[in-house]
Amino acid sequence: MIFDRVCVTKGSRRILSEISLSLTEKRIGVIGENGSGKSTFLRLFNGLQKPTSGTIRAEGWGDDLRRHVGFVFQNPDNQIVYPMVEEDLAFGLKSRKLSKAEIQTRIDEVLETLSIAHLRARLTHQLSGGEKQMVALAGVLVTRPDLIVFDEPTTLLDLPNKLRFMDMLAALPQPAVMVSHDLELLMGFDRILHIEGGTVFADGTPSEVIPAYRDRCLARAKG
Amino acid sequence: MTTRDIVLIALFAALTAVMAVFPPVTLPLLPVPITAQSLGIMLAGGILGAKRGALSIILLLVLVAIGLPLLSGGRGGLSVFFGPTAGFLAGWVAAAFTIGWMTEKFWDGLSFVSATLICVAGGIVVMYALGIPGISLMADVPLSKAFMGSVTFIPGDIVKALIAAAVMVTVKKSYPIIGQAA
Amino acid sequence: MLSDLYIPGASALHRMRPAWKLALLFLYCTALFVVSHSLMLGLGLLLIALGYGIAGLRPRHAFDAVRPALYVLVIIFAAQLWLEDLAMAAFVTLRLIALLMAAALVTYTTKASEFTDGILALLSRAPKWLPKDKIALAISLVWRFIPMIRDQFEEVREAQRARGIERSLLALVAPLVVRVLKSADEIAEAIEARSLD
Repeated sequence: MIFDRVCVTKGSRRILSEISLSLTEKRIGVIGENGSGKSTFLRLFNGLQKPTSGTIRAEGWGDDLRRHVGFVFQNPDNQIVYPMVEEDLAFGLKSRKLSKAEIQTRIDEVLETLSIAHLRARLTHQLSGGEKQMVALAGVLVTRPDLIVFDEPTTLLDLPNKLRFMDMLAALPQPAVMVSHDLELLMGFDRILHIEGGTVFADGTPSEVIPAYRDRCLARAKG
Repeated sequence: MTTRDIVLIALFAALTAVMAVFPPVTLPLLPVPITAQSLGIMLAGGILGAKRGALSIILLLVLVAIGLPLLSGGRGGLSVFFGPTAGFLAGWVAAAFTIGWMTEKFWDGLSFVSATLICVAGGIVVMYALGIPGISLMADVPLSKAFMGSVTFIPGDIVKALIAAAVMVTVKKSYPIIGQAA
Repeated sequence: MLSDLYIPGASALHRMRPAWKLALLFLYCTALFVVSHSLMLGLGLLLIALGYGIAGLRPRHAFDAVRPALYVLVIIFAAQLWLEDLAMAAFVTLRLIALLMAAALVTYTTKASEFTDGILALLSRAPKWLPKDKIALAISLVWRFIPMIRDQFEEVREAQRARGIERSLLALVAPLVVRVLKSADEIAEAIEARSLD
């Protein structure tokens, strides 16, 4: 995926300026303080946020990024639309005009992959936090995206659920971009982008970027 | 109508439904408990504006009509539309619309006082203007008598107008919905 | 979770199409108001009793239908007694009771999902200018949001109880409204991220 001089402004405020990147790694982490612009950056990937200027391209995808990129949010409560798990999984597929049989096959498949077949007929609001996050992820996987972006997916999970989530992430065949405050989780990634003040402040392997980021935050916290 | 509008309409329909289970408040000297539900009507109009506010109340009433017990006291189903107080349900939609319309009109200078007046005008004047003829029609009593039977609820509605106004002013500062290009 | 007021059964009334039941209900109510005579009312009450019998419902269910309106009914009865006489008071009150019971009979014998399916079927034949997908989405969203907001309300109530101000309606409503508005943006974004329209 290629970002070419991408800028985003809201009103008179410049959120992101002149971001140019070529992203090819399988696991890319995004770090930065609250308000640094990383959330806006993430929304550029699937067109939830349109660049004010500049372009975002990926080979063979055309203009419709949303068809190719899945988005997993921090809070699954806000992502699950339907009262029942099965209905919710069908939601993203309906707008893709697939046949009923195809929708059913895909749902079966994804429930199998995430080992959550037992949740199929459950009411979404009665699920635990970890189960909800799995259902939210399943809702994205059924659309068979070519890339998945995650916005702090582990922030609301307890330790066992987080570990389960990390296992699942490791097994995902698709490339993934993830915003997270969990530096430990990101250490296993291929590339880390540190966003600050609306630009890419540092870009490299985890061992290059993360320790420097930690030191910088520590120094700032101590004033 | 954007997706966000649909979400807001559904959220306020649900919020108003949930308010049916709020613990009822009793005022001294009044025989009737105050339920929070009509507060939801005022907020739907005062926060979402006329169109979205009225639509969210209509959505709630559709779900009530198909048999969900979403009104205070666990009422629901078609019988609430055929009972003596059916006029008030029509009044809900009109009240949400009126409050929303006036809030949009006076948005720039909206204060606690003006918000309260708007809620009284929509949530009491308009609501009773439809509700009281409803009682009169269904129960075959003169308007004046139907009015007498309803006045005991007015003090509670004034309390709710004050609360709705306070919330409206807070929301205007922190999460304005109406001021944005709709 | 949300449960409707449906009472399971297999009677003719349970099996009748919702649209027919609604049509009969409107016919019944119009008849009672147009022919304002005690003979008609007697007939109407008999019909309703018959209906409850056919549907296999108990007198308790009939009473449940009237109970929420009891307070208003008593006032109306008293007002009529004072304005007119006992006969008139009884007539007006009984007519209201008949209406309430008739409407409840439809609700008792029809699942909410049958009505929803009926609405969706109507929508699929609706004219183009009607945003039918959006209406269908809005209906499912309310089903989804009610339990979610109920949970949020319990959380707010607990927090306020810890602070000792749970009797204040404002302290319950204000934080709840802010939470609801905060989630609106993300929910809308998530829906857009998952659908292609």
